[in-house]
Amino acid sequence: MAILGSINPILTAGLDGDRSWRLADYVARGGYSALRRIIAERTTPEQIIAEVKKSVLRGRGGAGFPTGLKWSFMPRTLPGDKYLICNSDEGEPGTFKDRDLLRYNPHAVIEGMVIAGYAIGATRGFNYIHGEIWELYQRFEDALAEARAEGLVGKHILGGDFTFELFAHHGYGAYICGEETALLESIEGKKGQPRFKPPFPASFGLYGKPTTINNTETLASVPFILNMGGDAFLAAGKANNGGPKLFSVSGHVERPGNYEVPMGTPFATLLEMAGGVRGGRKLKGVIPGGSSSPVLSAELMMDCTMDYDSIAKAGSMLGSGAVIVMDETTCMVKALERLSYFYYEESCGQCTPCREGTGWLYKIIQRIENGLGRPEDLDLLSSITGNIMGRTICALGDAASMPVQSFLKHFRDEFAYHIEHGRCLVPREVQRAGSGFFTASA
Amino acid sequence: MQNSLMLTPELIARIDREIAKYPVEQKQSAVMAALAIAQEAAGWLSPEAIEAVASYLEMSPVAALEVATFYNMYDLKPVGRHKLTVCTNLPCMLSGGMHALEYLQEKLGIGLDETTPDGKFTLKQGECMGACGDAPVLLVNNRHMCCSMTPAEIDRLLAELD
Ligand SMILES: Cc1cc2nc3c(=O)[nH]c(=O)nc-3n(C[C@H](O)[C@H](O)[C@H](O)COP(=O)(O)O)c2cc1C
Ligand code: FES
Repeated sequence: MAILGSINPILTAGLDGDRSWRLADYVARGGYSALRRIIAERTTPEQIIAEVKKSVLRGRGGAGFPTGLKWSFMPRTLPGDKYLICNSDEGEPGTFKDRDLLRYNPHAVIEGMVIAGYAIGATRGFNYIHGEIWELYQRFEDALAEARAEGLVGKHILGGDFTFELFAHHGYGAYICGEETALLESIEGKKGQPRFKPPFPASFGLYGKPTTINNTETLASVPFILNMGGDAFLAAGKANNGGPKLFSVSGHVERPGNYEVPMGTPFATLLEMAGGVRGGRKLKGVIPGGSSSPVLSAELMMDCTMDYDSIAKAGSMLGSGAVIVMDETTCMVKALERLSYFYYEESCGQCTPCREGTGWLYKIIQRIENGLGRPEDLDLLSSITGNIMGRTICALGDAASMPVQSFLKHFRDEFAYHIEHGRCLVPREVQRAGSGFFTASA
Repeated sequence: MQNSLMLTPELIARIDREIAKYPVEQKQSAVMAALAIAQEAAGWLSPEAIEAVASYLEMSPVAALEVATFYNMYDLKPVGRHKLTVCTNLPCMLSGGMHALEYLQEKLGIGLDETTPDGKFTLKQGECMGACGDAPVLLVNNRHMCCSMTPAEIDRLLAELD
């Protein structure tokens, strides 16, 4: 697969499939010019942070927190070690954009990390890479070796006074490690269990030192912001939603893949770029921002533009930009059952409401799917989610609850039908044909 | 002493390269990588291997065991020569992830978490691998990702792996 389409691409401009990830290719595309200028002109960290603030770049990891503001929290002048972490632990179901950035543009991530490290005063950085993408972890190691050999990473970068060591850390299969403080625990060589906040990582992070964590796409955007200027980056998106964004479109579309489009692009346009709903079938629902974001009905979704504000207004979240498309062959109970199993399986077990609650949610939805649901189950599900949300250390509890609440809100009839009739509104053969697996040609 | 014998000089050299990524007093940070390296060498993580890693990194065996049990890609029991992990999470499911798993179960005549009698294949269900656009996807021995798996592609893969 590749980046399948774009409108005014920035992050993916000039990429030519698997051939253009090397240092020389990146440099030919203008790569490392932002870093070179910073070192040569001794740009101050304050200037860099001001430019990033101007761009209104918001964190691409899911929460949409303004990146420039986050960087300004770092006690830059405090002596001692400070860390920058790139979060490439992409495990939110539906999200596969960071994988393509690491595959096709790893040097943009490296350059972004070095510049971010310079701006926040970090001494060392780690890129935490999702366990299942071993091949791209290897590629990142290769790209790092190229950058090190050219003096772009390491001691006295480009002959200046800035020293920044950068390494890759390979995850090993735990969704929770995408949560920033679980990720820190994981790098420390422990179970990935989230920490209480406060203290926030900017004051007490990796090994207890000041630390900033940013998503891969966030960091990859940084060199482009400094090259084109914060204002131009903002203008490439929409007010309060700066820049272009990679959207991972999966599920029932003709051409699942990544699409880079300006923030504020209509969902209908994105869907069309992805070839429309598979087999010309009817759209049923869309999860617009990764599995943890509330599902929206087809009607609501068709009115949205792809940016934080529009999706929030419709009652969901842009999250990580993972757009999961479901057509009329989808059984919504089965869809939710699979998601609920995921959260149950991946709960780290630390907080009782999440550890126990995710198990109950899964069991109840499973019995509804298997025709054994009880009339009181829908209220029971609502009550359990109410008892999980806001009562846990990290947001995984909320992430497990929001799908349940939103599926019940938009597709309640389907759940009620399952309970009443012991089977699905969508005939089994129709569901089975929907995936296209058994009819796929080689 | 006998434990450290499990880590050959070649494995130790690889683990040392990982240790070097972290501050000197933070050897434990290399535990995930060291366990992965030990697992790759032996096919699975035996209690002895976990202990050997712990002792090399100067951490308590229990702390290393906690890590080995927490992360899904470690195998604490022997698996077949080829461990196939199929992603069945929702985005993959919509494009045939569950069906690919079902097809493999039929072809191999084994259920989930089982190994074929000849010790060749073990079948696992996985969570999102961050590759949903390429669904159905499966991972061979934690390392190699196979994308867009049709029945014919699966047949080809099974024939290729010896
Ligand atoms: C359960 C859970 C999983 C998460 N997974 C990821 C992830 O895979 N990648 C990511 O960048 N952020 C993930 N996050 C968000 C991070 O905690 C953090 O907000 C983000 O990495 C910050 O980077 P940003 O400001 O650039 O977005 C997750 C959060 C939670 C609660
Ligand atoms: S759901 Fe299978 S890779 Fe994401």
